[in-house]
Amino acid sequence: MEPTNVHDPEYYHKVVDCQYACPAHTPVPEYIRLIAAEKYTEAYMVNWESNVFPGVLGRTCDRPCEPACRRGRVDEEPVAICRLKRVAADNKGDITHLLPKIPTKGNGKRIALIGAGPASLTVARDLAPLGYEIHVFDEQIKGGGMMRSQIPSFRLPESVLDEEVNNILNLGIHQHFKTYVSSLKSVINDGYDAVFIGTGAPRGRDLTNLPGRAEGGANIHVGIEWLASVAFEHTKSIGKKVIVLGGGNTAMDCCRTSRRLGGEDVKVVVRSPYSEMKASPWEKEDAQHEDIPILDNHVPVSFVSENGKLKGMTFEKVHAVYDEKGKRSLVPTGEPHVFIEADDVLVAIGQENYFPWIERDLGIEFDKWDMPKVDSTTFQSTNPKVFFGGDAALGPKNVITAVAQGHSAAVSIDLYCQGKPLDVRPDPMTNLVSQKMGIHEWSYDSIVANDDRYVVPQAEKKVTLIDRKKEVELGFDKNVGFKEAQRCLNCDVQTVFTENRCIECDACMDICPTDCITFTVNGTEEDLRTRLKAPSLHLDQSLLVSNTLAATGRVMVKDEDVCLHCGLCAERCPTSAWDMQKFFYNTTKAHHGCGSHA
Amino acid sequence: MTYVRPTFRHPDLPKNKINFTKKDYEGALSTLCAGCGHDSISGAIAQACFELSVEPHRIAKLSGIGCSSKTPAYFLGNSHGFNSVHGRMPSVATGAYLANRDLVYFGVSGDGDSASIGMGQFVHAIRRNLNMVYVVMNNGCYGLTKGQDSATADNGSKSKAGSTNLFNAIDLVGLGLELGATFVARSFSGDKTQLIPLIKAAISHPGFALIDVISPCVTFNNNVGSTKSYDYVREHIEATSTVDFVPVMEEITASYDDAKEVTLHDGSALHLQKLHQGWNPEDKLSAMNAIQTSKEKGEILTGLIYIEPNTNALHDVLQTTKTPLNTLKEDLLCPGIDALEALNQSLR
Ligand SMILES: Cc1cc2nc3c(=O)[nH]c(=O)nc-3n(C[C@H](O)[C@H](O)[C@H](O)COP(=O)(O)OP(=O)(O)OC[C@H]3O[C@@H](n4cnc5c(N)ncnc54)[C@H](O)[C@@H]3O)c2cc1C
Ligand SMILES: Cc1ncc(C[n+]2csc(CCOP(=O)(O)OP(=O)(O)O)c2C)c(N)n1
Ligand code: SF4
Ligand code: SF4
Ligand code: SF4
Ligand SMILES: [Mg+2]
Repeated sequence: MEPTNVHDPEYYHKVVDCQYACPAHTPVPEYIRLIAAEKYTEAYMVNWESNVFPGVLGRTCDRPCEPACRRGRVDEEPVAICRLKRVAADNKGDITHLLPKIPTKGNGKRIALIGAGPASLTVARDLAPLGYEIHVFDEQIKGGGMMRSQIPSFRLPESVLDEEVNNILNLGIHQHFKTYVSSLKSVINDGYDAVFIGTGAPRGRDLTNLPGRAEGGANIHVGIEWLASVAFEHTKSIGKKVIVLGGGNTAMDCCRTSRRLGGEDVKVVVRSPYSEMKASPWEKEDAQHEDIPILDNHVPVSFVSENGKLKGMTFEKVHAVYDEKGKRSLVPTGEPHVFIEADDVLVAIGQENYFPWIERDLGIEFDKWDMPKVDSTTFQSTNPKVFFGGDAALGPKNVITAVAQGHSAAVSIDLYCQGKPLDVRPDPMTNLVSQKMGIHEWSYDSIVANDDRYVVPQAEKKVTLIDRKKEVELGFDKNVGFKEAQRCLNCDVQTVFTENRCIECDACMDICPTDCITFTVNGTEEDLRTRLKAPSLHLDQSLLVSNTLAATGRVMVKDEDVCLHCGLCAERCPTSAWDMQKFFYNTTKAHHGCGSHA
Repeated sequence: MTYVRPTFRHPDLPKNKINFTKKDYEGALSTLCAGCGHDSISGAIAQACFELSVEPHRIAKLSGIGCSSKTPAYFLGNSHGFNSVHGRMPSVATGAYLANRDLVYFGVSGDGDSASIGMGQFVHAIRRNLNMVYVVMNNGCYGLTKGQDSATADNGSKSKAGSTNLFNAIDLVGLGLELGATFVARSFSGDKTQLIPLIKAAISHPGFALIDVISPCVTFNNNVGSTKSYDYVREHIEATSTVDFVPVMEEITASYDDAKEVTLHDGSALHLQKLHQGWNPEDKLSAMNAIQTSKEKGEILTGLIYIEPNTNALHDVLQTTKTPLNTLKEDLLCPGIDALEALNQSLR
């Protein structure tokens, strides 16, 4: 193999598994160390800088970082990255003085943001400090988008959301709430320098054609509409027997909300096998914990009403069959149909985008699914002035993806407004600093804790089920937060190898607890992976390969896969050919300056 | 102090025939200087025992005094160990071996421990052909006492302080051959591909197996002008052959013209390739010749030097009981008055 180019910032970035997996590339180990040091405010600000809504995300994030976490490859479970974020948010001090200052004199550019969900709010936060005049439009009464209308208060208290939304709106944002935008043309004609569309995927799918849908109509509700109506307190109760259709997170929020609004016998009924449901494992657990059974392999056949009143639904039982390509089909088992009683049915089977208000003569091209054509890097549409982000851009995902896309779109808008090309993306900010303090002394906590993952305590069911707004999770206290933080392996403290110092004494190879290091003759990657000291388990994990070593002509190969970042290799190296160096990586954001603001 | 070894290991560590992973052959975290050759030899010993599937509790480690003699604390933590007095390890080894012939014995010593204070003991262990692996971690100095020249330091070798050694070196390999050691090898701590198969062969060998391992002392004897530094050794190293250890029951696949196979007593074999000219590991004269010739050329000859696969170790010579003493039952140990009478009669 060619020697690894460690000057490419993506090399070390990829070693920080959690940060790399986070759509917004939050410097996770950095904030976890700050939590361990009881510097909650600083930990919060590291998050705020990257993901804008640490308090919200510390409770609700889809946490793609956790399945990626290195700890999960050497221990039973990954670090509780998400809930540690909440520890920072819960314990932070006053941050007002740390928020960006808005220039008294603007830069003369006006930007319209349509929708006030996390995507738009991120654009606002990134551009306002640069002097842009930001106008945000939303039909809701307050900002937050689906974080407000969909995510139930028992998962996300309103006060937490309000605080983080207001931190952005208070950056001099011009707010136009209760304003439904019915024509994009009219917004463009108002002379904005750029328009950002962050209107989400607001339409819930329905089972319009299922027999009995019309007759039972009064008691059949589209999940996301119903959740919004609960959130805005238009709906305050539901029948005792409830069927929730669907296997995603929306279904989980619908069933749990039903339990709090009077539903006593609430069932989730899903077409697919349990293991293939879209909902996150922890959401399924939480639903089951609230006595909600999940019936899988049931396909809806009809709604059943009597005298114009919904009585229940019938289902056909199926099982999953897979063809040689792994494609699934649900085949009836031949058993008799199942009837399940219900006073109300919530249909939570997916969301769609909805753009009737975008005129089709504005130069914005739509594809065959009626989705706008959006560049997945710049988030520009085919009308150069119009940008998309969040669920509106590439379909429904989650808050952290909306934030990440908001950052990218903000960079693009900033470049666009300066007349610069959008495809030349400014570099991320990186930094690499030795952590050596002396013999056996590192400026990070190199000792690897053995603790199992701590469980987040929950309030008792008898309290939470009677109050829709009572938060279920109590969060880690500071003490447990510290212990959980200590489980982090500090993957950003990189093992940096300088080959011309190496005397090939083998000390690093001998000491490495997880057998990451091998000295051997060079070969192709495929070949080298068969000759490592321990089996190479994950081909997506990088190999760090040195230049040819002077003494023996071999190379040093390090499989990054299960490195514990314990520093023992550097500790045992007599010549400091290994050093532990902290790598800081901050994704490009508009407020760091794209060119002229720098 | 942040020098603590994590308890996590590679999640897919290979297991040997007795279901142990390498972790089961580890010892305490080393306190030797970072980069000391001795640590590397410790690693090689642990690896060889793992690969040979030796049960850790069937191994005894015996040592004297010195950095080298400390190493048994750092490998095979589940094995027996006796850290004895400076230069006296061979006596302890003799006693242990006589008491229990069933264990695998590792004598771990230094050049000071064996070639100076312990010389009188060392030579007798060879002469008596104890069934043991005798590893000398040879750094040409007394590491533990801050680097004074040892008896294996080469004439003319420079110390870190700048003084030149004025005396001729004792060559432990030459000495071993002369005294009739039945397995003699030399290796280098920085060459595990050679060292590990040699250790395995030495364990399989039924008599005294001497391995003189050049093992740089990074702190006191790794300077320019030293003939035991990493650089010097790498520049001057030669090998009698490449060495592959082939366990019992495994077939040797490749065969080349310049290759030789030595079948060991227990049925395993050493597969040697790229043989040194004129050298035959089973011919002592050729071994001595090879050693002397390369010495004259200023080379450091490593690899297997000499082997006499079928040898009678001390127990065979003395025809002692086949049973370890600690498992002899009272009826055998105390055969009664009649037996005593018979013995006394035989001496009259
Ligand atoms: C039930 C449910 C639970 C969820 N739970 C989670 C969770 O726990 N974690 C997570 O990460 N994600 C969750 N999500 C997904 C997440 O809420 C969205 O992915 C995210 O909010 C998308 O952000 P956005 O900025 O793209 O748009 P949205 O948050 O959808 O905001 C769009 C805003 O635009 C407004 N709008 C739309 N059209 C117009 C118009 N024409 N004029 C004016 N205003 C308009 C809407 O009123 C809305 O306020 C959940 C989604 C649902 C449905
Ligand atoms: C009877 C006795 N004499 C002297 C010493 C001091 N002493 C300790 S270690 C050592 C030399 C060790 O040299 P070596 O065996 O080569 O070990 P190294 O440290 O080089 O590995 C000496 C002389 C001692 N401990 N005991
Ligand atoms: S161990 Fe820490 S730094 Fe490493 S991936 Fe997990 S959370 Fe991130
Ligand atoms: S930091 Fe070094 S010694 Fe520790 S696991 Fe990683 S490579 Fe091995
Ligand atoms: S003094 Fe020399 S022999 Fe002793 S531990 Fe240090 S490097 Fe090794
Ligand atoms: Mg010595």
